[in-house]
Amino acid sequence: MGFTLFYLSVLVLVPIAGLFLRVFQLSWPEFWKLATTDRALAAYQLTFGASLVAAFINAIFGTLLAWVLVRYEFPGRRLIDALVDFPFALPTAVAGLTLANLFAANGWLGQFLVPLGIKGAFTPLGVVIALTFVGMPFVVRTLQPVLEHLDRDMEEAAATLGAGRLRTFVSVIAPTLLPPVMTGFALAFARAIGEYGSVVFISGNIPKKTEIAPYLIVIRLEEYDYLGAMALAVVLLVISFALLVAINVLEQWANRFSR
Amino acid sequence: MSIELKNVTKQFGSVPAVNDVTFGVGDGQLVALLGPSGCGKTTVLRMISGLETPTGGDIFVRGKRVNDVPVQKRNIGFVFQGYALFKSMSVADNIAFGLKIKRWPKADRDARVAELITLLGLKDLERRYPHQLSGGQRQRVALARALAPKPDVLLLDEPFAAVDAKIRQDLREMLVNLHHELKVTTIFVTHDQEEAMEVSNRIVIFDKGRLAQIGTPREVYEEPASEFVARFVGVMNVLDCEVRDGMARFGELEFPTHGVADGQRLRVGFRPYAVQVSNELTAYRHRALLRHTYFLGVLLRLELELPSGLIIRARMSKEEYARLNLSEGREVSMQIRQYRVLAREGESLPPEVSVTHSLALSPGEGI
Repeated sequence: MGFTLFYLSVLVLVPIAGLFLRVFQLSWPEFWKLATTDRALAAYQLTFGASLVAAFINAIFGTLLAWVLVRYEFPGRRLIDALVDFPFALPTAVAGLTLANLFAANGWLGQFLVPLGIKGAFTPLGVVIALTFVGMPFVVRTLQPVLEHLDRDMEEAAATLGAGRLRTFVSVIAPTLLPPVMTGFALAFARAIGEYGSVVFISGNIPKKTEIAPYLIVIRLEEYDYLGAMALAVVLLVISFALLVAINVLEQWANRFSR
Repeated sequence: MSIELKNVTKQFGSVPAVNDVTFGVGDGQLVALLGPSGCGKTTVLRMISGLETPTGGDIFVRGKRVNDVPVQKRNIGFVFQGYALFKSMSVADNIAFGLKIKRWPKADRDARVAELITLLGLKDLERRYPHQLSGGQRQRVALARALAPKPDVLLLDEPFAAVDAKIRQDLREMLVNLHHELKVTTIFVTHDQEEAMEVSNRIVIFDKGRLAQIGTPREVYEEPASEFVARFVGVMNVLDCEVRDGMARFGELEFPTHGVADGQRLRVGFRPYAVQVSNELTAYRHRALLRHTYFLGVLLRLELELPSGLIIRARMSKEEYARLNLSEGREVSMQIRQYRVLAREGESLPPEVSVTHSLALSPGEGI
């Protein structure tokens, strides 16, 4: 216990405290000014908005993917299972480059999608695509062990009581799966907020349009505006923390039956 | 007949799990499907419920063929071995689940749930979640949930396997009482012959996917149809004897036989209760050493060792044991009062043979 706390302190708490201490050198109005420029506000909005959307997409399709991987036996299942980890292993910059190429107007997918009005590259949509890509494994990997241990008896019991498949899924399976799905959602969301490498290529980083908050921080750093960068970082940190706490509370509610 | 199976077969791949099984269960009966694990009894239960589809034969419920009726429409109550309670629902919601699906009005639903809560002694647990219950309580919730929609048939898969001995006993009694009260046709699966004998009024015994015997507990115990049944239901001493001079012999033991040629082998079985034991060494023909005494409650099981090293199991009441002043390590005399020649698998067994005192003492005489 003591060791764990020490470990946590060194790895997490100390750097965060350092960040806050530096920012406390600023007066409140100074901080407010640095943290709430129009450009910064747009960046926050994009980062959190796109991260939420990406996490939602992952929660739905990641659950489906995990379900199929656990419940169905089909050729290539193990390969697909291995591919799930791909976004973990791939350097995010490579992922970003690949996605940007794919969705650019002359890219593989882009050449079909752009004429349809779906612009993947250099748009907020591109940001969502990149964040979905990097967050996907979190949902799948959180859910897989839970699904493997999911009692099939429960489904059969529902059937003997007259419940069809849809009813069984909605009333019996979904409530059991909600807590781990929310955990996966929170992980994917957290990852998306911090994601940098894969987004910068596909987004184009147009200020106030497709510029994400982490990128803005890097720009401030490159301008040697350390305090400006830190002010942004603190805002990012506080909002992320608040959102994760909120998700945690929701998750506890969803999990009320096993506590 | 409430339930009838006609030539029912179930293949899993090329393996027949259930092979040409035919039997019927009358209205309001409490029937045990008994057999060792892997004998197909659970598969039979699951086919009756509709969770499994037979690959051959027909299943009838109340005279109606149900092979193609999906499990949802069969109006059965099923209690799973691992309870299979809905984890995310309270006890009351678990019990009400089937009623909601059948669209019972809320007032009727609440009344029915309250009724079952009382019937199964689940008062004050209504708002608990399954993980907050003990094994016995979970089993009772599972029973309540299965009974709530008033099923035509109640099916239970090894219902008492997962709880400890004391609670198992309570649950058995509860099931008997419930059945007495509700009169719903009930079939339960068990591998425990004692449980089958105690709880059911008919026992269906399975062996390797086939029906070995069906009968009352008394019938299957006293008139087993095969060696398998004889050995599975109750304890039986079985000796692989060789026939010489018209007697099946094993060590110092001899059993008169009819028309079996010398040199043939014959299996002979006898129940522990058929072994007579005396503390007078001359009372019976054979001497034996009382090696162990196992206390089973009112009855004791004795392990007797004959001079040849053969071990025989006998049974005796506590009073008799005290009267004969027996103790482990004592020498006693013994004889076998009744025995049975065990036919080969698939053949039916000849009736039990009673041996009078004098016969057992005089080798060579027939019966």
